[in-house]
Amino acid sequence: MKRRDFLKAAAGGATALCSVGVAQARPNLEPAENAVGMLFDSTLCVGCKACVAKCKEVNNMPPVIEGDNREWDSARDLSGDTLNVIKVYKNGTAKLKDAEVNGFCFEKRSCMHCVDPGCVSVCPVTAMRRDSLTGIVTHHADVCIGCRNCMVGCPYNVPQFEYNDAFGQIQKCQMCNQAGVERIDKGQMTGCAEVCPTGATLFGSRRKLLAEAKRRMRLKPGEIYNYPRGDISKPYSYHEKAVPTYQQHVWGEKEAGGTNVMHISAVPFDRLGMPPLGERSAASIAEGVQHTLYNYMALPAIALAGLTYVVRRNTDDDEGGES
Amino acid sequence: MAEKEFDFSEVAMRLGVSRRTFLKFCTGVAASLGLPAASAMAMAKAVADPKRRPPVIWLHGQECTGPTEALLRSEQPSLAHLILDLISLDYHQTLDAGAGHQVEEIKKKSMRENAGKYLLVIEGAIPVKDKGIYCKIAGETMLALTHEAAEHAAAIVAYGSCASWGGVQSATPNPTGAQGAPQVLKGKPVVTIPGCPPNPANFIGTVLFFVTYGKLPPLDEKMRPKWAYGRLIHENCYRRPHFDAGRFANEFGDEGHRKGYCLYKLGCKGPETYNNCPSLEYNNVGGGVWPVGVGHPCFGCSEGGVGFTKPLFSLAVIKTHTPPNVFPEIQDRQDTGGLTAGAAALAGAAVGVAVGASAIAASKLNDKDASASGDQED
Repeated sequence: MKRRDFLKAAAGGATALCSVGVAQARPNLEPAENAVGMLFDSTLCVGCKACVAKCKEVNNMPPVIEGDNREWDSARDLSGDTLNVIKVYKNGTAKLKDAEVNGFCFEKRSCMHCVDPGCVSVCPVTAMRRDSLTGIVTHHADVCIGCRNCMVGCPYNVPQFEYNDAFGQIQKCQMCNQAGVERIDKGQMTGCAEVCPTGATLFGSRRKLLAEAKRRMRLKPGEIYNYPRGDISKPYSYHEKAVPTYQQHVWGEKEAGGTNVMHISAVPFDRLGMPPLGERSAASIAEGVQHTLYNYMALPAIALAGLTYVVRRNTDDDEGGES
Repeated sequence: MAEKEFDFSEVAMRLGVSRRTFLKFCTGVAASLGLPAASAMAMAKAVADPKRRPPVIWLHGQECTGPTEALLRSEQPSLAHLILDLISLDYHQTLDAGAGHQVEEIKKKSMRENAGKYLLVIEGAIPVKDKGIYCKIAGETMLALTHEAAEHAAAIVAYGSCASWGGVQSATPNPTGAQGAPQVLKGKPVVTIPGCPPNPANFIGTVLFFVTYGKLPPLDEKMRPKWAYGRLIHENCYRRPHFDAGRFANEFGDEGHRKGYCLYKLGCKGPETYNNCPSLEYNNVGGGVWPVGVGHPCFGCSEGGVGFTKPLFSLAVIKTHTPPNVFPEIQDRQDTGGLTAGAAALAGAAVGVAVGASAIAASKLNDKDASASGDQED
């Protein structure tokens, strides 16, 4: 094959793909009709780790032992044995709660249950699914082929593989609605929200939680507010607390198409380790390209045509040479 | 030894307690102060020596007399006896048999004669608004009496929350301008034994330390003896495991409350109150008798800015769970170190096998090609 021919074929193929690809990019997915989620208010978290303890109990997971500490669960991050973890932000003297400078605050790490989940998009089988009713992002080990694409596709580093197990599986938070637990289907709330003593982890419908988050943004700092605990639609108790100076930012309202688990804080989110995300979800961009490639079997057809052409040319040359 | 025996028998006669009971008391006080057993003997000797009994002037301001009442009800039968006899209580408005001008005369005389040697105990807050006219004793304001008595005192002890930081009457709107003794006596060291009422053991221990060693025990920045107020209630609370496991009583009388779960959600101020209630309990009654022990959240009676200031059932600020307590940092990742070495080795081996296999396959192909061409040539 001549260099010229090859370049011609390649350029032609690429042009065909690009033109179709741009035209067919899909928008972000919309939140599920009855999307449930959680609101994590970093300013309420006192770092008691009750949510971590309850999560391990619900999911029957062992404590993670780190370093010399043999006494208690001390997971440093999410893993096959840890589906949520409370991390600390510290700066300078770390004396003031919720202050960016010389302050500290707590931040939760767990599945954000994206509205347009990257893990679902990249899964080559259907092991990762978004529940059409509740919006919960679930994992189905019976279908999973263990490719771990979901770990790469997640902007929050959430799905974790059990590397220490010869028959390891992917583990992630399923909002306490996995088979055998089904707390949400039974009308209960998530374990972590249930035990949270301050309402830092609040359960409820995404719509109500978003409204609550925005209400808190509008409150005057120092004002006394009645914070609900547990499930926002039927809180079992409230507690009074002075309102902190919130960042005017609900993480998860729009980030990468939005999430069902939203965070609010008094410290900017980039200091809390949140990734820089635009409003477009990676899934919507990638799927636009990917799905276009396979539209009407375009890519395989073009690729096959190209290959056939090359092979034919080469074969002709060889025959020509020998004859 | 003989001398000691003699001393104790005299003490026994004077106080009306057996030698055994007396030594037991001293050992108990030494133990709660965290002192070695030998200190109990030194303490017993000091108490037994009538010459070392310091005169005490005891002032009452705005208060309910709770601290004195608590002291009178100390469980050890001889405790009230001892505290009255090991010190020379020259003036105490609640306990003095006499009254009126007579008692005031005795007080003035004692303060004159023992200038620089007497121990001043202040119980109750001191109103300072309108020159202190809201609390008067014998025609003089508590404010003036406090300044007068403090001038020549060897040591000043504020006994109870009112005297330590103002107590309930200093709560908003504080119409009389009530203040604690340390705020009124600025520049003078005032040992504080806060509590509402305070644990008599904390008072007696501190006084015995003073009588025995002639100096005050180590104090924190709020002038509280560290042996009694060095730890948060939350740190030694026997409901703490429930807090750590996330098991809370949600309301009074619910299942969690009946099972003895943590009272944090009911507004327990243990996480921000320094006191030794969980280890000492109250007034030697035993049997878990202190607020948290009987199922009521701590309300921070001994902590200025908490008790009588924060709403009873509002959530406490957690002090133990702030840095440097163990938490993963924001940027911490699980997969650094440990297992990855093995995983890397495995991955390396797999890559090695793959490369090796393809190399062998390639060389075999070459051989085949070579032999094939050889055949052709043949």
